[in-house]
Parts: sequence; structure tokens; C-alpha cells
Amino acid sequence: MTQLALVIDLNVCVGCHACVTSCKQWNTSGQAGPMFDDNPYGKDPTGTFFNRVQTYEIGSYPNTETLHFPKSCLHCEDAPCVPVCPTGASHKRAEDGIVLVDYDKCIGCKYCSWACPYGAREFDEQQKVMKKCTLCVDRIYDQSLDERDRKPACVLACPTSARLYGDVHDPDSEVSVAIRERGGYQLMPEWGTKPANHYLPRRKTQINIHDDELTRVDNPLKKEDIRHETSKDVSLDDWLM
Amino acid sequence: MHPTFSVIFLTTLIGVGQGLFLALFTQQSYSAANLLPSQGSDFYVTGSLLALAFLVGGLIAAVGHLGKPSYMFTRAWRGITQWRTSWLSRELILMPLVMGLVFLYGAFHYFGWEIRFLDYNLANQLTLLLGTITTAAVFGLFIATAMIYASIKFLQEWACALTVVNYTLLGGASGFTLAAAYAAYAAPELVGFYVGWAIILTIAALISRGGSLIRNARIKHKSTVQTAIGVRHPQIQQKSMGMMGGSYNTREYFHGATAAFLKSVKWIFLVLVFPVPVLLLWLGMDGGKGLLVAAFVIQYIGLVFERWFFFAQANHPQNLYYQTV
Amino acid sequence: MTDTAKVIAEGRTEVKNTTCYMCACRCGIRVHLRDGEVRYIQGNPDHPLNKGIICAKGSSGIMKQYSPARLTKPLKRKEGADRGDAQFEEISWDEAFDILEERLGNIRATDPKKFALFTGRDQMQALTGLFAKNFGTPNYAAHGGFCSVNMAAGMIYTIGGSFWEFGGPDLERSKLLIMIGTAEDHHSNPLKAELSKFKRNGGRFISINPVRTGYSAIADEWVPIKPGTDGALLLAIIHEIIKTGLYDRDFLVNYSNSAELVNLDSGSSEYGMFVRAEVPEEEGCFDPQNKLWWDRNSGKAVLSRTKGSDPRLLGDFQLPDGTKVKPAFQLLKDRVAQYTPEWAANITGIPVETIRRLAHEMGIVARDEKIELPIAWTDVWDNEHKSVTGNPVSFHAMRGLAAHSNGFHTIRALSILMSILGTIDRPGGFRHKAPFPRPIPPCPKTARGPEDVQPNTPLNGMPLGWPADPDDLFVNEDGSPVRIDKAFSWEHPLSVHGMMQNVITNAWRQDPYAIDTLFIFMANMAWNSSMNTDQVRKMLNDKDESGEYKIPFLVVADAFQSEMVAYADLVLPDTTYLERHDVISMLDRPISEYDGPVDSVRIPVVPPMGECKPFQEVLIELGTRLKLPVFVREDGSRKYRDYPDFITNFETAPGSGIGFLAGWRGKSGEKDMKGEPNPDQWKMYEKNNCVYQYHLPKSYQYMRNWNQGYLQWAQKHSLTRYDEPINIHIYSEVLQKFRLAAQGKTQGKQPPKHLRKRVETYFDPLPYYFEPLESQLSDKHKYPLNAVTQRPMAMYHSWDSQNSWLRQIHTYNFLYVHPQTARAAGITDEAWMWVESMHGKVRCLCRYSEAVEPGTVWTWNAIGKAAGAWNLDGSANESKQGFLLNHVISEELPAHEAGEHISNSDPVTGQAGWYDVRVRIYPAAEGEDKFTFPQYDTMPASPGTPKRRSKQSYFAGLFTRKGEF
Repeated sequence: MTQLALVIDLNVCVGCHACVTSCKQWNTSGQAGPMFDDNPYGKDPTGTFFNRVQTYEIGSYPNTETLHFPKSCLHCEDAPCVPVCPTGASHKRAEDGIVLVDYDKCIGCKYCSWACPYGAREFDEQQKVMKKCTLCVDRIYDQSLDERDRKPACVLACPTSARLYGDVHDPDSEVSVAIRERGGYQLMPEWGTKPANHYLPRRKTQINIHDDELTRVDNPLKKEDIRHETSKDVSLDDWLM
Repeated sequence: MHPTFSVIFLTTLIGVGQGLFLALFTQQSYSAANLLPSQGSDFYVTGSLLALAFLVGGLIAAVGHLGKPSYMFTRAWRGITQWRTSWLSRELILMPLVMGLVFLYGAFHYFGWEIRFLDYNLANQLTLLLGTITTAAVFGLFIATAMIYASIKFLQEWACALTVVNYTLLGGASGFTLAAAYAAYAAPELVGFYVGWAIILTIAALISRGGSLIRNARIKHKSTVQTAIGVRHPQIQQKSMGMMGGSYNTREYFHGATAAFLKSVKWIFLVLVFPVPVLLLWLGMDGGKGLLVAAFVIQYIGLVFERWFFFAQANHPQNLYYQTV
Repeated sequence: MTDTAKVIAEGRTEVKNTTCYMCACRCGIRVHLRDGEVRYIQGNPDHPLNKGIICAKGSSGIMKQYSPARLTKPLKRKEGADRGDAQFEEISWDEAFDILEERLGNIRATDPKKFALFTGRDQMQALTGLFAKNFGTPNYAAHGGFCSVNMAAGMIYTIGGSFWEFGGPDLERSKLLIMIGTAEDHHSNPLKAELSKFKRNGGRFISINPVRTGYSAIADEWVPIKPGTDGALLLAIIHEIIKTGLYDRDFLVNYSNSAELVNLDSGSSEYGMFVRAEVPEEEGCFDPQNKLWWDRNSGKAVLSRTKGSDPRLLGDFQLPDGTKVKPAFQLLKDRVAQYTPEWAANITGIPVETIRRLAHEMGIVARDEKIELPIAWTDVWDNEHKSVTGNPVSFHAMRGLAAHSNGFHTIRALSILMSILGTIDRPGGFRHKAPFPRPIPPCPKTARGPEDVQPNTPLNGMPLGWPADPDDLFVNEDGSPVRIDKAFSWEHPLSVHGMMQNVITNAWRQDPYAIDTLFIFMANMAWNSSMNTDQVRKMLNDKDESGEYKIPFLVVADAFQSEMVAYADLVLPDTTYLERHDVISMLDRPISEYDGPVDSVRIPVVPPMGECKPFQEVLIELGTRLKLPVFVREDGSRKYRDYPDFITNFETAPGSGIGFLAGWRGKSGEKDMKGEPNPDQWKMYEKNNCVYQYHLPKSYQYMRNWNQGYLQWAQKHSLTRYDEPINIHIYSEVLQKFRLAAQGKTQGKQPPKHLRKRVETYFDPLPYYFEPLESQLSDKHKYPLNAVTQRPMAMYHSWDSQNSWLRQIHTYNFLYVHPQTARAAGITDEAWMWVESMHGKVRCLCRYSEAVEPGTVWTWNAIGKAAGAWNLDGSANESKQGFLLNHVISEELPAHEAGEHISNSDPVTGQAGWYDVRVRIYPAAEGEDKFTFPQYDTMPASPGTPKRRSKQSYFAGLFTRKGEF
């Protein structure tokens, strides 16, 4: 069974929001659209987005980490938003595990969003239905696109390729390897929702320098006849017989 | 959570309607067992209409909770399809069922229809049977309504049996208080009976609602910002939510009120729902119509506060991602 | 079927390639259209710059295209309305051109310098410069002066290349990257992609920055530093590297002037100059190889590069004629002797151990992790090398270093650090991009005196250039500036990008003279592009006693209703990037890659809206009407039909074969870089993703300053005039020439008396650290903090608040303050506060942050807007909660010994000292207004701007049809 998902590499995400607006532009004119914007040129503009990048500060100065954290629907394997839906609008596809909302069945009761611990769903204030990330389901199977383009818009856009996409049930897929080998983890594991999307943690590269690496025999200073000065202090050498 | 008035009125109004029906049927059962004087059909018919009115009021409020009112006619029917998994679907099935049964209950009383199922001399067997079924449906509706909230396991303030007990007892209490006021007009001899039950239910509700308040005050949330973003560090602060003009996530899950306001709402409902109605009920025991009506009205207003607080107190884990609201 | 499903199923779709212009990155894009409306802007996967990726801005191009801030009609200020009121009436293009033709024609026939053309974030300096030169005015520049000229000048005067367009870190092979003073918007997409790859390949990434955001967020180590002190850190690192012998001696000997002997005879007029075998006559745009080394084998001075000699880098020698000399490297060592890590720790706030460790990490990685590529190459001295080697330490730096008045020397220090580590144009280090490397300094020179400005005559010289000595300055007999911005004068001799930041103030004060027409293209000078914004807005509207404006005529060309538009007498509506032809030219700032030249074009994907006209067409039409030589035939008739025709057929000189585009030249497009005009050139670009890429042979890709094959290739293809080696200037003789002039030791131009000390001080041939000028002149007890800004990745300058998607991400801005600093000032998180400098104050919102050095406060720049500008509602958050820090920054320094109205800029290059300002902070009082200060009257929507939607449901193919736009 296939479970499509995203793996977000926090190690390289610089928080540029490319995924946010590339998602918006693709989806507003796609099957999920239009994606409404309220008061777009006035006070407190607000609109429907399937994906947001948040920023956290971890620790205190000077050991602060700044973390950029993209978040969209995690396409949980045990998605709590699905069984609560009274109309069956919210559903998880058997063939690829994508959690979708059928806008024609949705009554806008918002109960599915209450049942999502991640805040991944957004209510469209104009169409009055619940919306969420579709993994660009209207791209990834579109045979009219080049094969390399059959990916979610956010994945194509991401400048740091921090968004990996694939089948997390296929142990050999890029995403599964990344999860396995680079410490991929799930959000809020305590609720047993088994999010399909995973996150890869920050990792640090360090250089350890040994004191004796500092000077080498071919130190260029030697070519300039610069020698260490003789110590003028009394040494053991002056005493030992 | 952001308390929406459609849901507040929905749950409180149907609670009154359900409770009032229970009050009517309790009386009928008692009188069938000759524990109380029997009443003419007018008492049940008017009472059922009154209960139905509250149920319909709740239904109208519920429409306000749909994306568009038109969905009521075009799509809401789909709401019955997911009864296997969705408590909301179950509520959607049970609510019209209860309304229909209450209507039939009133109608049967009005027309005085009678079928004898049992041999011995028991009047009103048809309405008794219907009432029993309706009672089951009413309890089912209490459970379904409450379970909509109690079944969301990560809304820890709600995910508790007390939520079901509270909905049932508070609905029952408000229904019996209304019944007491109703009886003051329609059947003064029942005032004492209803006042007694109303006081008992109110006190029972106080105990269970108080219990949930105590529980919620001590709740330890399983999710933390650490589990939310998967970083182990005691000091994590959100600096940006990814948007600044607000979003669905910041509107739907935050009450936007201060802690002081929340606290005062709690005390308001604790006073209005419990001691004041009990006192008024007790004072109105000898049929003081005004006192009993006041008891109901005040208790109902208190319940609106209670329900507002019920939603506002629930802390959705998604809020961990939206800390700079 | 719903409307949307129907449009999806039946809409007419097209895909067109062009080049993005949501910022200066210039990625290739594929624009998908549905029924003529933009459906999706995808990064072009076949484009060498971005390889399919695209950023938040690029992905929001749709909302720029359909922005209500778009100007669609030429506008004239209404009679009786004040500038700033934004009261306009529509006029026709004919009328607009008539007005301009008459006014500019008169100016050109009488005194061309009374016309000033200054342009902002455009990418067409080659064309605007050509226009200005042909007009004959000296008063032209683009925005480099207030952007990052220090980065360009500091590096080009040292290594012959610079960061961003002209070069960058080779992250594919690097092992250690040090990013210092880089904000999030710098070389955005390619850098992001490379950073990610670099990290995944196990590279170590150190970020030195007062603030940890953006790129720094993913650094392996963040080293917070006090703003303006980077020079101290870099000099201390140089100190430590020299002290421990971690420098690349071979590289310095062979490829820099380190070993060359400097005359230290203090009585000589040649003091501080290299000793030369003979004194040659040359143009001053390449280094003759006639200097001396002190050979360690023979123990005497020899001509540099004498076979078999091995020069001393250190020591103190005397020539046979008694002249005292030292190798340049010894002078560097002497210079940095004082700059110990302990000294730098106090200034920078970085612990001593960290400074030492940084130096050791750089030195050891450079020395021990050498790269060797099996690529044979030949140097200019005919030495054959079997391989290309490299030291995998790279750097990236930008405005954080540049936008300080000590930035030039800081960047010289950085370039020298990169050089002593042996990382210039080598794998894993810094790599050039064509047309760089160029001679130090590059050949173009500006006009030199008032005689070069004559009526009805093109300017005798380039509008901008690279002074090699004092005689290249553009000054009057008495040493006073010829240019309105005072660039290329003794106040800022190497202001190679001009000094746009001072134009309005100087023109208003009529210092050095009054001008008539100020023409501004795409620069928001009434807001975020000016320092001292509040006063500048008053100057723009200021009149003399007779009621005439101090700046008599103001023309603004822009695509959007910016704050600046409000002040225009004449507004010319430009198109968006999706509606125009454009070139990203080798003559300007191309998008070359490390392995060869790249240029690209824009081709319209949608028709212009309303009466928008591409600014290029405006220039060509105006130039033709004014009969500027380049735009007309000898008989005065029109030479170019339109801009595409101009691009196809223009050559820098008749028959030169060099034009704006380097690709598909020659009659049938068979030639690279150089060749006759090709009538089908545009079509060939169109067919090839709108981009032309030339891959140099591998043996030409490295060591290009000294690579014989490359230099000959570059000369043959007219990238450079000479194929001489471009040696690194560890020691800068160019600077010493200015110092000698200031000391009165030269024959040529000399500074006026009041500037002698200034020039002598700052034209130091070796980098040194001094406190930023404004800091020196500030009361640091009263103003204890530094205040800086940076641009977020999702916003390009002031440009994107009109963009309804991007403005939801950054709707207003906070002042980020370290919690300790804020608490000490009594300011709570998210409370209203004041930030005040000696020049002005601003009320803003505070946000605590642990990711900022405690002596620094910072904010996102240009999120704050004037009410109503960019056609936002007057109540929009940008104007009520957003703020502009520019109000507390001055364009001029307080009066001091160099004068009363000296620009707040680097004394060498004229780079605006944005980040030098000192501030104090305090809480807003109870009961104060809960909005930012200052506030301005709401700017009304200009005639012709689209209606401001209160709700928006963008769906390509339905948007216009449903009347939403």
C-alpha cells in the first residue's frame, strides 16, 4: 500500500516561504481553488493557505537556534480528521494515503479541523468548506506534465530542496531512506495519529583541531628565518648536572 | 477553543428540550405507577410543544454552524451516512429522531391514541411506550452531543466521561427547572415534584461539573511545544506564526479573552446555574410562578455562560503552533 | 459543472518562458497561462541559475501582475496641488513626451548637468547609462551607492572581482564556509540551493552576524558580532593566521603583490609606492610587471619573477641606492601586529578563544584539505601546471559589511584574508563570474572635469568609472565636485556606483549647484530608499521665496504607486516584468556562472496593462526625440524602431560586434560573445529558455586572474582590453596615490585643504580598523545601541506590500530587541516603544528575541509604509503598526572637521552608512497612541490604478471575467 508524504529537512530550511506561496499559486487556480483572500489590501489581511512556515527561537543567547518550521497537512496514517466527518467529505484515499476533502460533500461544520491536533486545516471563508493540502493531487498524476514536474508545487519550488516527496511505505524510496538514516521523526507522536509526513532534525558539522596540527614542518614562517626567541628565564637545564 | 454562539445555543437549547421531555415523561411514568396524580393530555401536549420548540431552536442554531445555511437542504442529509464512526453523524441522526419522537409523543397525547400492549389496566400504554423509546433517544442524543467533544482525545479538557455526565445532568436540570415553571402554570400540584427533581439534578450537575473543573485545573497536557515541533529543549519560543493578519487557526481555536475574563465567566456560571436557581426553586416551591420562571431563565443564561466556558477552557494542541496570537 | 471545473477542463493554456524580476536574482521562469491570465509561475528546470527552483516572491508574481497598485496611465500633477498630495490628472503619452522633449531639449542645449537621472533597483544600467552619457549629463547613477558599493569596490580594488553577480563561494567543493554580514536577500535562490547541498555534503558553515535569521539559522555555528566591527574581527584573524604561519605562501608570492618591495623612504615622493625597475607610461588599468623582490637566495633585490629567485615575504631591507624597502606582506604584518585577538574581542564582543579558533579552522582547512583537480593549465608567465589546486575555505559577505562607513577597509581586509588563505578563483574558494576578473581597477573612467560637460554633446567619459589615481576624479579646478551627488570628488573619491542617497538633499540645498529636472526610475526616494525620509519628503516639496520648487521638475517612472510617485510632477507608468522585453546583459550585471558567461532576456508573456509602457521604450523614444547620437542616424532620423530592435542592432562601436546580448551573435547566430548583429537573436533566446550560457573549457575555469588561456580568450571576446595578469593587491598602491596627493607630494590633482586630512587618513594602502564615522560623532552613552535592518526572503525591498500573498507573511514589523536589553529599558514584549537616534525617533512595536546580539536592535526593512501608498487601505497594518527605521538615519554626518554637509557614507567609496546609526530605546508612555510614529496623510489612489479589492478569489481564467480585476 502506498502512502505518499513529504519529508521536511529542517537541517536546510532557511525559512524563505517559497513553499507557502508556490502552493497558493498552484492551488488557487487548481482543483482546490480558488483560495480566498479576505481584505487583501487592507487591515489584517487573511487568506486560505495550505502551508505555513513558522519561526521558533530555541535556547538563549548566545546559544540560540533559530528554527524555521514549515507545516502543512501531515496525511496521518491514522487520521483523526477522517472518522469524525459526518458526511464522508473528509477521507483518506486507499490508493495513495492522501487525506482529502470532497468539497461537494463538505457542510462546513469544521469538526474535522477540531479533530486535527496539528492545525493543518483551513476553512475557506468564501466557499464555506474545509480545505487543506492535497499533495497537489491535481499535479502528481497529471500525465500531460513532464514526469519531473509531477510533484507537489512546494517540492518543485523549494530552493534548498528541504522538501522530499515520495512513498513512505516503500523502504527504498528517497523519503524512507532519509527518515531511516537521518533521524526522521513525527510530530506529536503522543496521539498515535501516525503522521505520514516526517521531519529531519538539524545536524551540526564540527571541526576538531589538535594543537599539534597548528604548526607543520613546512610552516612558511620558516622561510622567513623567523625563529622563536631563546628563553631568558632560568631553566632546569641550568641546574641539572 | 473559540466559543461560537451557534454551538452554545444548539447544545443548551436542545438540552432544555431534552430535559423537559424527560420531565414530562417522568411525570407520566410516576402517574402510571400512581405515584403522582395523572394529568390531562393538555399538559403533555403543551409540554411537548414547548420541548419541541427548544429542540427546533437548537436546530436553527445548528444551521448557523454550517458553512452555508443552504447546506442544510443540499448536503446535510449526507450527515447520516457516517454513523459508524462519527459522533456528529450520530447526533445528526438522533436529533431529528428525538424531535420526531417528541412530536409524536405530543401528538399521541393530543389525539389520545391508545394501543394496549399489556393486559392489565394501564392507561396510555402507547405514549408510555413511545416515551420510553424517546427517553432512550434523548439519552442517546445527550451522549452523542457530549461525545462529539469527549471523543477528541487530544482536547484533554473534554476527553472525559464527565463531559457526557455534565451534558446530561445540565440538560436534565434545565429541563426540570423549566418543567417546574411550566407546572406552576399548567399543573400547580406538580410544582413540588419538579422543584425537587430540578434541585436534585442541579446539585448533581454541580457535583459533576465541579468535578470536571477540578480535573481540568489539574490537567497535564500531553502535547508540548517540544512534541509539536520535535525539538528537545526547555526554552522554545515562537517568533512567527507564518502570517500576521490572522488565519483560521488563530480565529477558530482562541477565545481571545483574558484570563481574568475567563475566570469571571466561570464564577458567573457557577452562580447562575447552581445556587441561584436552587434558591429560587426552593422559594418557588409553593407555586410562585415568577420565581420559577426566573429560576429557569437565570439557569439558562448561566448555561450559556457555562457552555461558553466549556469551549473557551478547552486548549487545542494546535495552539502550540500559534503562540503569538 | 462549476465555473472553475469548466475553466480547468476547457481553458486555453499556454506556457511561455521568461526571466523573473521579483528580485535581483533573475531566475528563469515558465509562466503558465490560462485564457490569457497567469495560472502558475514555475521555476524553469532547464535554466542554469535556478534549475527549477523558485522563491516565495517569484511564486507570487501573479499578485504583482494583478496588483491594485499598478500605474496604468501617464499622470500630471494637478495645478495647485502640492507635491506629496498625489493629486493627478491623466494625460496622454504624446503629451508626456512633448513635455519631456521640450524641457530636456532646452536643458541639453544650455546646461546638460541640470538634468539628473537616477535609477533604483533596475537591471538596465547599461541602457540608462548610455542615455545619460549621450544626453551629456554627469548626473547619473543607479542605486549602488546606497546598496553595496563597498562590496564591489573593496573587492574589485583588491582581487579584481566581487561577490554576487561577479563571483562567489564555490560551495560545491568547499569544506568550510564563513558567511559574514549577509542578509537574507543576497543572491537568494542560487545561494540557498548551494547552501543546502554544501551542508548535505558535510561542509561546515559558520555565520558571523549580529542577528540569527535566514541563512544563519542553518549555520553550524553562529558567531554574534557587534555591527560595524567586522573589520576588527577580520584583521585579528589575519593577525593570527600570519602569526601561526597558516597563510598560503606560494599563492601570495606568485599571485599577489605580497613580495613586492615598497619604498619606505619617507622623504621621497614615491614613499609608499612599489619600487619599479623603470617608470613606465601606461594607462593605469593593469599592473606592469616591473616591481622588485628581495631574493632570499642571492640576498638582494631582483626583478619580480626572476627565474630561480625566491622572494622574502618578511623582512626589512635596503636597496643599493640606500632606499629602505619592505615587502608588502611585511607591511601587512606590521599593520596587523596591533590587531590581536584580545584587542578584537573587546570591540567585536566575540570571545578571544573563538577568534583564534576561527583563524585556526580557516587556516588548517585551507592548508590540510587541499583540492587537486586533474586540469592542466598555463599561467600568463608561460608556466605550465599539471593540475588546478584549491584551498576549500570560502566566504560570502554582503551589505552587513558594506553598509558601514568603515566598510571599504573591512572588505579590503576580507579580500586579503581570502587571499592569504589562497582561495582566489580556485576550487573550493572564491570563484569569479564573467566578465570578471577585471583589471585592478577596471578600465572605464568617468569624465574628469567641467570641460567634459558641454551643451548638445555627449559626456566626455563614462558616467561611472573606476578611478586609478587622483587625476581620474571628476572635479572642478578648485577640487570641488562636478556631479550633483558629489561622487568621484575628494569627499568620496572611489564612489564608483555614484551616491544616489545624497541627490535630493544636494539638489534641494543647491549644493554644488541647482538642477532643473530630476528623473527617478524605480527608486522609492520618498520612503525606504532615502535616509532621513521625513526631511527628504519635505525637501521634495520645498519652494524658494519666489514660490518655485527648489527641485523644479520631478519625473518618476515606476510600475507601482510608491510613496515617491506622490511627489512627481510627471508620472510615467512602467510595465511589469511579465509584459516587457528586457536583457540581463554582459554590459551590466549578468547572471554568469563560475564556468562561463551567462546572459538572459525577458520576453513578454502578457500584453501591457492599460497604457503602461516599458521604461526601455520610453528611453529610446525620448532619446530619439532629443536626437541623442546613439539613438538617431546622422541625418537625425530614428535609428531604432523599438527596444527589441535596439538590442538586436546596437553595437558599442560601429562594427565592434559587441552588443547587449552575447548569445547567438553573427548573421545567423553562429557566434559566441562577439559578432555582427543577428536579426533573429531574440527568437533564438526565446527558443533556448531565454538564456544563453557559454561553458569555458575546464582549463580556463580557474585561476583566471593569471590564466593565460582564459585571459587571451577574454581579450579575444572583448571581455577585457588586456590579457595581462591581475595580481592581488594586498597592498594598494591606488590608495597610496590618493594619500600622496593629500600629502601634497604629487603633481596632479590634489584635495582642497579642508579634505586633505580626511583623504590622507582613509586612503590607507593597507586595511585598518576605525570606528564607523557616525559612531565616532555620537554620544554613545546617550545612544548605546546599534540599529540595523535586513530584508526578509519573502519581500523585495518596499516592493511587495502591494502583493496580497506576500503581505500576509510580513504585514508589519517589530523592532527585535534582546530581552535583557529591553527589560533594562523597561520595555515589555510586544509593547509600544520608541527608538531614537540623534537625528529622529520612531514609535514601533517591540519583540523580544534571543537571536540578536544584546547591543543591537534590528527590524525587517521597508515593511512599514506611508498610509495609502502602494494602494493599500489607509488603515493597513503596514502604515499603522509597521515602521520605517530610515527616519532615525541621516544622509549627512553632523558637522565635523571635514565639513558641514558631508555624506553619511564611507569616506572612500561613498557607500551609504545605513548600519552606523546609534540609538536608544524607551517605552511608549501610558495613553500614547497605539500606532507607529511618524504618520502621514493617506495617499489617495492615483487615476488609472485598478480598484482595491476587499475580497479576492484568484482563479486564472475567471478573475477578469468575474470582474474581480
